[in-house]
Amino acid sequence: MLDRADGQIFTGNVRLVHAVGMHARPAVKLTKLAKKFQAQISVRVAGAPEWINAKSVAKIMAMRAAHGSTIEIKASGSDAEAAVAALVDLIASDFPDGAG
Amino acid sequence: MQGGAAGSAYRGRTASIGFAHGPLVRVDAGAGGERVAGTLVEEALALRKAIDLASGQIADLAASAGGEAAQILEFQVALLEDEDLIEQIFASIGEGRPADVAWRSTLDEQIAEYNAAADEYLQARSSDLADLRDRVVHILRGDAGEPLKIPSGGVVCADDLPPSRFLEIDWSGGGGLALLHGSPTSHVAMLARARGIPMVVQLGAIPDAGATALLDGEGATLELDPSAEQVRVFEKRRESHRKSRASARAILRRPTASWRGEHIKLLINIQRVDDLEHADAQYADGIGLMRTEFLLAGHSELPDEETQFQAYDAVLRWAGQRPVTIRTFDAGGDKPVPGFTFDGEANPFLGVRGLRLCLARPEIFAVQLRALARAAVRGNLKVMFPMVTQADELEAGRKLFADVVQRLQADGIAAMLPELGIMVEVPAAALAVSSFRAAFFSIGSNDLAQYVLACDRSNGALAPLMDPLHPAVLELISRTAEHGRRTGVSVSLCGDMAGDPRCLPALLNCGLRELSVNASALAQIKQTIDRLSSGGGVG
Repeated sequence: MLDRADGQIFTGNVRLVHAVGMHARPAVKLTKLAKKFQAQISVRVAGAPEWINAKSVAKIMAMRAAHGSTIEIKASGSDAEAAVAALVDLIASDFPDGAG
Repeated sequence: MQGGAAGSAYRGRTASIGFAHGPLVRVDAGAGGERVAGTLVEEALALRKAIDLASGQIADLAASAGGEAAQILEFQVALLEDEDLIEQIFASIGEGRPADVAWRSTLDEQIAEYNAAADEYLQARSSDLADLRDRVVHILRGDAGEPLKIPSGGVVCADDLPPSRFLEIDWSGGGGLALLHGSPTSHVAMLARARGIPMVVQLGAIPDAGATALLDGEGATLELDPSAEQVRVFEKRRESHRKSRASARAILRRPTASWRGEHIKLLINIQRVDDLEHADAQYADGIGLMRTEFLLAGHSELPDEETQFQAYDAVLRWAGQRPVTIRTFDAGGDKPVPGFTFDGEANPFLGVRGLRLCLARPEIFAVQLRALARAAVRGNLKVMFPMVTQADELEAGRKLFADVVQRLQADGIAAMLPELGIMVEVPAAALAVSSFRAAFFSIGSNDLAQYVLACDRSNGALAPLMDPLHPAVLELISRTAEHGRRTGVSVSLCGDMAGDPRCLPALLNCGLRELSVNASALAQIKQTIDRLSSGGGVG
């Protein structure tokens, strides 16, 4: 799932399996988790023109990622690798309660 | 429902079932006083303090409410902690706007975006944003005010009510919520259902007069200044509802319904994947009917294989070991789809619809069959064809399906042919049921009744004739059930009859042991079966 693009930036892809897509609760969990990391983290629905700050719940909601879409994640900074892994895991495991 | 001297009645949409009889309490959005803006620094500081205060208030509310309410409020807290959003507002203050104006205009922009979304879920979230907007504006204007006090059992009437205001109201003495606008899918509606507070939305205009209110969340009515007779009828309805509700909740949690010692399987009908979020869905024995027409709606193009596969797979994952019956596209009739159905049919209900249409459009049908064949390896999938008249049609569908499976497998893609069954809704299919080589039958009682009775079910003038309990309809249901019993093939019924307690005795007596209903009807149907089983009436 993870590949190292260069020395600084880490990326990941994950399919959004949540039944109703990226709605309020998943968005809150995602941003909460993202904020635990120092790294700058961006996400987008695969192929979308703009990258979105993973720490902004308003922007994550506005992304309107539908069920079944692929979410691309990229991060840079000291804990970027761990951040990408954690977010991929959160989305892939369908936002379990207690996560984020 | 009638207006006039005896008291006036208004009808809306049900958001939460239940009854309330008490004083009418009007709640205004509260325009609040005007604010005198300070310097740029003062304004920025005022907003920072208001945000902190709001954040604290919401956290307190969440802590005292707990559960689902806390999760709903978490979204508002997350918005207040959203630096991108907040920075934008501070930037606007930096350009010279007063704090309240800057805050309001940014939130209003967001609200407008949500309202413009095609998705009803996102639209409903706009009331959370409005809630947050108003809370901070009230703090900035210094009229944050006391929590709303309502007299015990009062019926709160407002244009719309935000979730946090709902939670500030002390509902321990009962009461109800009558909204002139609002939506049954809003967060406040979820809270009302979770708390068991009756709620009716979209009541439209209501005069300012009125001291006493009767709110019926079941009939979706609000009666103002009722007569003694209206009160008596209302109290009677409330009492019977109270009795049935209490036992329904308890019965729902029991493992399986049974009647005269035989298990009755209760499954649910779903229109779309989101329907699985209904709190009662988990108690179903499986999914008796997943409609797939939602995939055809609201898109300019027909859905691709992957989109379909994801939807089917999500439902199968939800169901685990339980069976999931997915019905192939039932377009045509009263459900035209551009680029799929045929235009200009003189009588579309008797036209190219259901399986007839799919067989006429094999290129579109094949995409759905591919998605279903791939989903079949992921769970307990059954597939059924709608609107089947002849055994040949089932076989033609089976042939297409088998070819699709073979091609997928040849390409090394995991796929299999699921169990294939048919809807029994054409009278000819019910009468010649033994001619079908189907793994199961599902009676579509809505169409079956309409075709047997020769009544367009959308034509209100025919309502008295449109009786699903007509002996001719019951005769066809009996024959189908009897055929299933004799041959060991399962027969279920997934039309509106299954969710109507008055029809249950007849359906059970026809020999049906499998019913599929909307999740919202599950508790009541399980309870009715229980009551019939112990010798009671329908209630």
